Amino acid sequence: MAKSVEEVADAMYKLVKDADGLKKLKAMDLIKSMTELYGDEVDKKLCKSAIKELINSGKCVYTYFGGSYIELPHREGAAND
Amino acid sequence: MADALPKTPMLDELEKGGWPSFVTEIKLAAEKNPMGKDLLGLLERSYKEKIGHWKHGGIVGVMGYGGGVIGRYNDLPEEYPNISHFHTMRINQPAGWFYTSEALRGICDIWEKRGSGLTNMHGSTGDIILLGTSTDQLEPTFQDLAKIDFDIGGSGSDVRTPSCCCGMARCEWACYDTMAACYDFTMTYQDELHRPAFPYKFKFKFSGCPNDCVASIARSDMSIIGTWRDEIQIDKDAVKEYADSGMDIDSDVVGNCPGKCMAWDGKELKINDKFCVHCMHCINAMPKALRPGKDRGATILIGSKAPIVEGALLSSVLIPFIKMEPPYQEIKDLVDKMWDLWCEEGKNRERIGEFIQRIGLGNFLDEIEVDPIPEMVAHPRENPYVFYEDYYEDEDEDDEEGDDE
Repeated sequence: MAKSVEEVADAMYKLVKDADGLKKLKAMDLIKSMTELYGDEVDKKLCKSAIKELINSGKCVYTYFGGSYIELPHREGAAND
Repeated sequence: MADALPKTPMLDELEKGGWPSFVTEIKLAAEKNPMGKDLLGLLERSYKEKIGHWKHGGIVGVMGYGGGVIGRYNDLPEEYPNISHFHTMRINQPAGWFYTSEALRGICDIWEKRGSGLTNMHGSTGDIILLGTSTDQLEPTFQDLAKIDFDIGGSGSDVRTPSCCCGMARCEWACYDTMAACYDFTMTYQDELHRPAFPYKFKFKFSGCPNDCVASIARSDMSIIGTWRDEIQIDKDAVKEYADSGMDIDSDVVGNCPGKCMAWDGKELKINDKFCVHCMHCINAMPKALRPGKDRGATILIGSKAPIVEGALLSSVLIPFIKMEPPYQEIKDLVDKMWDLWCEEGKNRERIGEFIQRIGLGNFLDEIEVDPIPEMVAHPRENPYVFYEDYYEDEDEDDEEGDDE
């Protein structure tokens, strides 16, 4: 049975949270991980919708450090008050 | 403004001479906005100390988008508090950079209210660049711009804002409607433009003819350059007029033809179109007499980039000729296949041109299911795709058979 966008977004959020401070994950890393985890129950389109959900909910943000990543919201080191 | 501008002897040097000066513009902006005053002070200090005082931010943006805002902070916020934050916003320009004065005034009014008032028209990718605002003004600026039908452009590992030459709007050489194609691709790939999901950036540039006024062959991962596949149109009377008016056709036109496909006997200009490399030189030299052919479309090239991680690359021909007709589905299908492969196998910060070089051009073609043909050239008479694989395979098989014996 195909997974819902919310289920996949939750699984992605857990991945990002577990990797926080250890490894920066890109969108494609999340999509590949979901494909490994859920196999045929997910496809690229569903995963993209899940990423959109994750970002729009504010649980994760896009960041840029040479390339673009998906991370938990945090105060960046360079920021001035 | 009550405060006087800081003394900037080094920057003032940049106001001398015949060219417009960004220093003059910053001084003008500083009359209305304190950000300009601090910017002058910080820049003068950087020139004196030979040290940059900007820090690169990596998180700031607008809700839901992953690109279009480049975070900037200065490292002396106590001394230059008005530019403690100085973020850049990239705004998707209209195709061909055509504006009404009302649209330009709208952008400037918003930016004077929300930011420094300083703009860069345009950035190297083509976007409208709005220079300098604070984090709390990003979302309101985005909302204000949306009300006048402008959207944020690309940055980071996404589709960068597509750009095109002015095409059929102003140019008689345009072989397809670049502005329509650019707009169509921009709208089709909104998700890829705003939500970075690639190994690195990906740029589309649309040029209407081989003059390539937007330099797509050098600056875009996918260059879509107008061309024709029939014969150059010749107006013999106009050729004669050029000759009568003193043009040395033999030296200035025929002698400069890289394909050596032209002949001029003093009366008639002949072109062997089979050997024409579509360089546009003759057409540019005699615009009243020569025109591109009637069977027009585009050549699609892949892989150029400026030197950032690796060295510079020029695009090489992927599709020698394709008709450019909406909805451009054949090209979009090809783009999807390339992106699937590149996203799956590409390394972090690896442009598609570098990726193709790493895995090999032949393998790349195999994976995107495009057959190699002789016209896929890196430049005239050099074909990087054909490796005579069958020939070597046959030879290997012969050897193996020999071994068996």
